[in-house]
Amino acid sequence: MKADPKRVLTGNHFMNGNHAAAEGAIAAGCTFAAGYPITPSTEIVESLAARFPKVGGMFVQMEDEIASSICLQGGVWSGRKAMTVTSGPGFSLMMEHIGLAAITETPCVFINVQRTGPSTGLPTKVGQADMMQARFGSHGDYGIIALAPSSPQECFDMTIDCFNLAEEYRTVVFLMSDEMTGHMLEKVVIPEANTIDLVERKFYTGTDKYLPYKPEANGIPLMSKAGMGHNYHITGLTHDERGYPVLTQEVQEVMMERLMGKIKNNVDKLTRVEEFMMEDADIVLVSYGISFRMAYRAMEMAREKGIKVGLLKMITCWPFPEKVITELAKKVKSMIMVELNYGQMYIEMDRFANAHCQTHLVGSACGEVHEPETILNQILEAAKK
Amino acid sequence: MAEKKSKKKDPKEWRIEIDAERCKGCGFCVEFCPKNTLAMSDDFNSKGYHPPMVADPESCTYCDMCEMICPEFAIFAVSEKNKKDTHFSDDALRMDRMPHIWCPGCGIGTVVNALTQALEAAEIPRDKTQIVSGIGCTGRVAGYMDMDSYHTTHGRAIPFATGLSLGAPDQKIVVVSGDGDLTAIGGNHFFHAARRNANMTVICVNNFIYGMTGGQTAPTTPQTAIGITTPYGAFDQPFNLPFIAESCGAVYVARWTIYHVRHLQNAIKAALLKPGFSLVEVIAPCPTLYGRRNKLGDGLDLVKFYKEAAVRVKKGQTTADAAIGYQSEFLVGKFVDRDRPSLTDAMDASLKAKLGDAYAGWPIPG
Repeated sequence: MKADPKRVLTGNHFMNGNHAAAEGAIAAGCTFAAGYPITPSTEIVESLAARFPKVGGMFVQMEDEIASSICLQGGVWSGRKAMTVTSGPGFSLMMEHIGLAAITETPCVFINVQRTGPSTGLPTKVGQADMMQARFGSHGDYGIIALAPSSPQECFDMTIDCFNLAEEYRTVVFLMSDEMTGHMLEKVVIPEANTIDLVERKFYTGTDKYLPYKPEANGIPLMSKAGMGHNYHITGLTHDERGYPVLTQEVQEVMMERLMGKIKNNVDKLTRVEEFMMEDADIVLVSYGISFRMAYRAMEMAREKGIKVGLLKMITCWPFPEKVITELAKKVKSMIMVELNYGQMYIEMDRFANAHCQTHLVGSACGEVHEPETILNQILEAAKK
Repeated sequence: MAEKKSKKKDPKEWRIEIDAERCKGCGFCVEFCPKNTLAMSDDFNSKGYHPPMVADPESCTYCDMCEMICPEFAIFAVSEKNKKDTHFSDDALRMDRMPHIWCPGCGIGTVVNALTQALEAAEIPRDKTQIVSGIGCTGRVAGYMDMDSYHTTHGRAIPFATGLSLGAPDQKIVVVSGDGDLTAIGGNHFFHAARRNANMTVICVNNFIYGMTGGQTAPTTPQTAIGITTPYGAFDQPFNLPFIAESCGAVYVARWTIYHVRHLQNAIKAALLKPGFSLVEVIAPCPTLYGRRNKLGDGLDLVKFYKEAAVRVKKGQTTADAAIGYQSEFLVGKFVDRDRPSLTDAMDASLKAKLGDAYAGWPIPG
């Protein structure tokens, strides 16, 4: 299905990443958003509050992020595409409902415009230190998908991707943006609606009793929505195909294998990376989101010095592009993760690379993006070895 | 509200049926039968409970009290002529999930009866009803109702229901949860949904304690009552739920006990038909953790006490008078019945007024 022209602001715009993400959500067919104000994410819901009433959508400001993160799931079961938007402390408050969405297989999008933590930290400064929280923040095992935009254009494009992936896999999808990408003003090209592909929800239309958790051949069950007459039961308890709670290890295992498998069995399909100057590289920078831009400059500076540096940009951070990393590691001398934290995606990169090459981290306490020179120094260091 | 007299049944057409296997021997039916038709039998069912028996069939007027108050759906009037051969809640419940998890003498099953009968009386079809629960004993209600149902997270039934009610304004949203779930961990949401006048009926089963977790003190536990986290008696002031609901903006507020099950049904019906945020508080027994620890007897003893302690709200009395002390008298009845625009109506009116033709409305997804 293609996007609805009434919802797509086709044209060239000069807008920040947060506004672009809001336009992406509208173009993707999102008609429901719940949120609570928090810097530096708020422009997204401000945008939605202004735009939604004109395009058949609704934004509701809830009493806190806990409420927002479950209110949106009520919106999803009413048959709508829904999302919430937050940052830092708000993201922490939402964690329980990531787990609820995971176990109930409620397709929904969470945008986290990351700031500096821990706790209140630096509320108006950039960070990328919620990457592990996005993956593992709620209790128990589950799989999620996370994309990281590094420009306002990608905020638009990837928000649409997030909604499409959420519907396809019936899972939580995160757009792991950051303060600087969110507030950066750049050219954003919004294409014609008929060039934007949307994944629509697949509802059960059979005549037999609807089994809300009976998987199709692809491992993903068909959905229902309020009032279809299916009389379904949705629960955060361990459940069988009927959706009934069954509190046994056997049923837990069947449920978990499928929940984990939805992502695990599709890692290759989900993996999205971009490579730069990789042909002859023996040192590879790996980065994502805003840090990608600094890494790119550092790569250019190193190339000017004659050092063979390439750059791998992760678009999907979760599931982690493990095969790409391992294959690269076999070919190069060093891999350097560039990110605004003390080493989160680095842990994953190291796990899949260290059998084959050296691994390094250019981390940060957050608050500002890296100086390209800092990254360059690490490249020079790695080049010596 | 005057209690509606149920239509008189012709005794020649009806008889009382007892599904002994469903029974957990709470004794509610025998005790509260207005005609003393029933008695406990000496038989045991396979669970080891004594089911009731019809001791004096001639006396029965088929008032339905036993069928309404039975939390196990085990006793019911049947009539071939009237084509009724099961408990009247059966059709609205997932009977393949029975027996339910609630203890003998728990009142939650009775509340379920009041809800199924209220939905029927209000003529709200099952495919237009959404049941949302949080966590805990009462949180299990959603799972037993054979309609779209959601068993959410602890305390968050109301914000889930808010999203559902906004997203599906054609649906009747019913939240059924316990006092701890709705007013402690979920307190903030309770206040704000009432303030917004979000379209939902909240049925709060108040048994004065956290049941499923093992009898910890709740924000409704009366002062001096023993909970396992206040082993020397609760010392902080409990919530007066009708008062809070009214202050926050609820448009309909009532309180009954499970003994007053017909009043309860009528209150739920009125709440269901009221646009906006309505609260029906139900005082219910928790024999296992509240009754036992406080040496107040079993479920039947608690309900007998609540029957006597419940005093009808009189003219001039308000929700401010509705606080509940330990083993004290307390007010029951309808406290609030007023009108103001629901959240969806207020949103719609405001956007229409401000945006005119630019307002795209709020189409229900096809």
